[in-house]
Amino acid sequence: MRHIISLLMENEAGALSRVSGLFSARGYNIESLTVAPTEDSTLSRMTIVTSGSDEVIEQIIKQLNKLIDVVRVLDLNDGKYIERELMLVKVKASGQYRDEMKRISDIFRGRIIDVSDNTFTIELTGATSKLDAYIDSLDNDSIIETVRTGASGIGRGDRILKI
Amino acid sequence: MKPEIITGAEIVIRSLQKESVKFVFGYPGGAVLNIYDAIFKQTQFKHVLVRHEQAAVHAADAFSRATGKVGVALVTSGPGATNAVTGIATAFMDSIPMVVISGQVPTHAIGQDAFQECDTVGITRPCVKHNFLVKDVNNIASTIKKAFYLAATGRPGPVLVDIPKDITAEEAEFIYPKTISMRSYNPVIKGHTGQINKAIDLLVNAKKPMVYSGGGVVLGDASESLTNFVNELEFPVTSTLMGLGGFPASDSKFQGMLGMHGTYQANMAMQECDVLLAVGARFDDRVIGNPDNFLAKPKKIIHIDIDPASISKRVKIDVPIVGDVKNVLDEFILTYKDIKKTHDKSITSDWLKQIKEWADKDCMAFKDDGSQIKPQRVIQMLHKVTNGDAFVTSDVGQHQMWAAQYYAFDKPRRWINSGGLGTMGVGLPYAMGCQLAFPDSQVACVTGEASIQMCIQELSTCKQFNLPVKIINLNNRYMGMVRQWQEFFYGNRYAESYMDALPDFVKLAESYGHVGMKIEKSSDIEPALKEAFGPKLKERLVFMDFITDQSENVFPMIASGKGLSEMILAEDL
Ligand SMILES: Cc1ncc(C[n+]2csc(CCOP(=O)(O)OP(=O)(O)O)c2C)c(N)n1
Ligand SMILES: [Mg+2]
Repeated sequence: MRHIISLLMENEAGALSRVSGLFSARGYNIESLTVAPTEDSTLSRMTIVTSGSDEVIEQIIKQLNKLIDVVRVLDLNDGKYIERELMLVKVKASGQYRDEMKRISDIFRGRIIDVSDNTFTIELTGATSKLDAYIDSLDNDSIIETVRTGASGIGRGDRILKI
Repeated sequence: MKPEIITGAEIVIRSLQKESVKFVFGYPGGAVLNIYDAIFKQTQFKHVLVRHEQAAVHAADAFSRATGKVGVALVTSGPGATNAVTGIATAFMDSIPMVVISGQVPTHAIGQDAFQECDTVGITRPCVKHNFLVKDVNNIASTIKKAFYLAATGRPGPVLVDIPKDITAEEAEFIYPKTISMRSYNPVIKGHTGQINKAIDLLVNAKKPMVYSGGGVVLGDASESLTNFVNELEFPVTSTLMGLGGFPASDSKFQGMLGMHGTYQANMAMQECDVLLAVGARFDDRVIGNPDNFLAKPKKIIHIDIDPASISKRVKIDVPIVGDVKNVLDEFILTYKDIKKTHDKSITSDWLKQIKEWADKDCMAFKDDGSQIKPQRVIQMLHKVTNGDAFVTSDVGQHQMWAAQYYAFDKPRRWINSGGLGTMGVGLPYAMGCQLAFPDSQVACVTGEASIQMCIQELSTCKQFNLPVKIINLNNRYMGMVRQWQEFFYGNRYAESYMDALPDFVKLAESYGHVGMKIEKSSDIEPALKEAFGPKLKERLVFMDFITDQSENVFPMIASGKGLSEMILAEDL
C-alpha cells in the first residue's frame, strides 16, 4: 500500500543521503522524496512517498527512527492528512489545441503561467492522484514537458509533527 | 582560569585521554601527520602501529569485544580510510562500539580530487552507526564526545570522525563537554512493565519453553542476569554463534549452539518449542534458516532487544520488549520472584525428556582412529590445555565452526569472531587486541591456512609489541568451508578452493622472529599445545601448523534456505 511518511531531521550536511541511502540499501521503494528547511532552520522536514506491505512499512519507520539525524517520524497514513504536489506542464497550444488546453486546465483549476505562440505552461497543485488524472486527460502528443515536486503532506487538525 | 588554546591535533589527543583511551591502533600518513606529532608528545595512551589499516580496525574491534570498552583506530585519508572499511563493516555487523578517526585532505582541497582524497564519510555511511566530517576546529572536542557516546550507547556500533588536515593545525580553546544530549537520539533502556508481565505469564505457563540467547547478551553484559533468570526457571538454553559464553556451556541446561551448524537438540527444540524467549538475538538467516519453515510450528515469541528495528524484522514477535537486555532481565527476575510459588515446573518434564532424547543422538561425535589429525580434537585439546579459560579468536571457515562447537565457552567476551560479516583475516588482529587488553591471559587464534594469509603481515606487529599469541592453524590445504559446500551442493567440483603454493609456516613464523611448530601426528596434538602454552614459551608467539584431515566436514549442517529441522548429520552420509 502507498504510504506518506513525514519526518523531521537535523539540518546537517549529508542528512538527506542517509535517508536516500537507507532506502536503496534495504531495497525499499521511493515514489518521491521532498525536503526543505522548516521555520526552525536547524530542522529539515521531509516527505517520503513509499509503498510496501504493513511489515515493510513498519521496518521503514523503525529504520528511519534509527538514523541518528532523524528527530521524529510520522506515518501520515495512520490518521487523516492532506497531501499536495505542484506540477508545471508545458503543452502544445497552437491552432486547434489552444482552446482545448485552456478548458482542461480550468477544469483542474490549473493556472496558465506562461504563454507563447505555440505553448502554454500550466501550474497545477493537488494530491498526486489529481495531477495524474490531469496528465491522463491530455492527449499524449500535446505534452511537451512536465516537472513535479513530489508530494508534501501534513496531518489534519490536531495531528502535528513538531518537536 | 586562562583558556587553554591548543591545536586541533592536540584537541584530538586530549579528547581521547578524556575518554580514558588506553590504546590507539593506527597507521600514519600525510593527512594525520599533525595528529601523529601530537601523539609523539604524549604518554597517556599507547599507539599500536599495525602493518595494514584493516588490522588496526580489527584490533580495536577485538579490544572492544574483549573489554566492553570503546576501541579506537586512527587512519590517514584516501587509501588509509578505504583499507579501514572492511574492519568498520565487520564491527558494524556485530554491533561493536568503536571510534575510527580518519584524516581528510584540507578543507579547501575537498572535492578537487586532491592527492589521497576520497569521500570517506560517503563510503562508510552504510557501515557505521554514524559518522561526522569536522569542518571547524571548535567542533573537534564535542564531535569526539558525541562519537564515543553514540558508539557505546543504545545498540552499539562503530562511529567515524573524519578530520581535514588544516583543522588539526588550527587552534582553539579546549573544552571537553562533560555530558551530551541529542534531541534526535534517546535509546530506550527500561522495558515496558506491562510487556514484562505478559512475558513472565507466558513463560511460567509454557510446556515447551526455550531460551535463545544472542550476541546482545554478551555486548550488554547481561550474562549473569540471564544465567540467574534461567537458573530460577530451569529452562533449556541455546546460543547463537555471537552469544557463546553468554550462558555457561558446561551447565546442563545448555543445549549448544543453534543454527546452520548448531546441535541437533538446539535446533529441534527451537523448532518444536511452544514459548520462545529471544534475548539480544536477531533471528538471522544463519540461525533460523527459512522463517516460514520456522513458524510452521506455532509458538509464542518474546523478544528482548535494545534495537526496535531488530524486532519483527524477519519473524513476527508476540511480546516485543525494547530495552537494555540486562535491565530487562533483572526486571524479569524481580517479577518472577513475586509469582514463583505458583510456578509448577513439572509441566515441562515431558519436554525436557524429549530434549534429552534429541541430545542422546550425540550429533557432535566424530570418528577419530588416530591416523590423521582431526580438527575437532585439536580444539578439544586446546580447551583442555588452556583450562577452558583462554580468549579464543577465530577467522572464518570450518575452523571457526569447530572452535565454536568444541571449545565450551563458560564466560562471555572470550569468544571473539566475525559472525555477521564473516570476514576472513580477523583472527590475528583480533588476537592482538585481546592480548594487549589482557597481557597475562592466554590468547589463542584458531585459523585456517587461507584466512591467516589475509592478515599475515601482523606477525610483524606481534613481534614489535611482544604479543605472545598462540596461533592454531588448522591446515587442511583447502578453503575448507568453500570445499564443503562444493562437495554437498556442486557435485564435488572444487572450483578454486584448493590452497596451492602454501608457505612453510614454520619458517615464515621464524622469519618474523617467532616460534614455529608443525604438528602432523594425532598423538602430538596435546604435547605440542602443552609446550606452546607452557612456561618456556610463555613470552613467545607460537605459530602451530596442524596438518589436519583434508576431507573433514562441519556437522550438523542446514543447507541455506532450509528449515531448522532439516539438518544433515554426520551419520547421514
Ligand atoms: C574476506 C573473505 N573472502 C572470502 C570469504 C568466503 N570464505 C568463507 S570461508 C572461506 C575459506 C576459508 O578457508 P580457511 O581459512 O583455510 O578455513 P577452513 O574453512 O579451511 O577451515 C572462504 C573463502 C570470506 N568469508 N571472507
Ligand atoms: Mg583451510
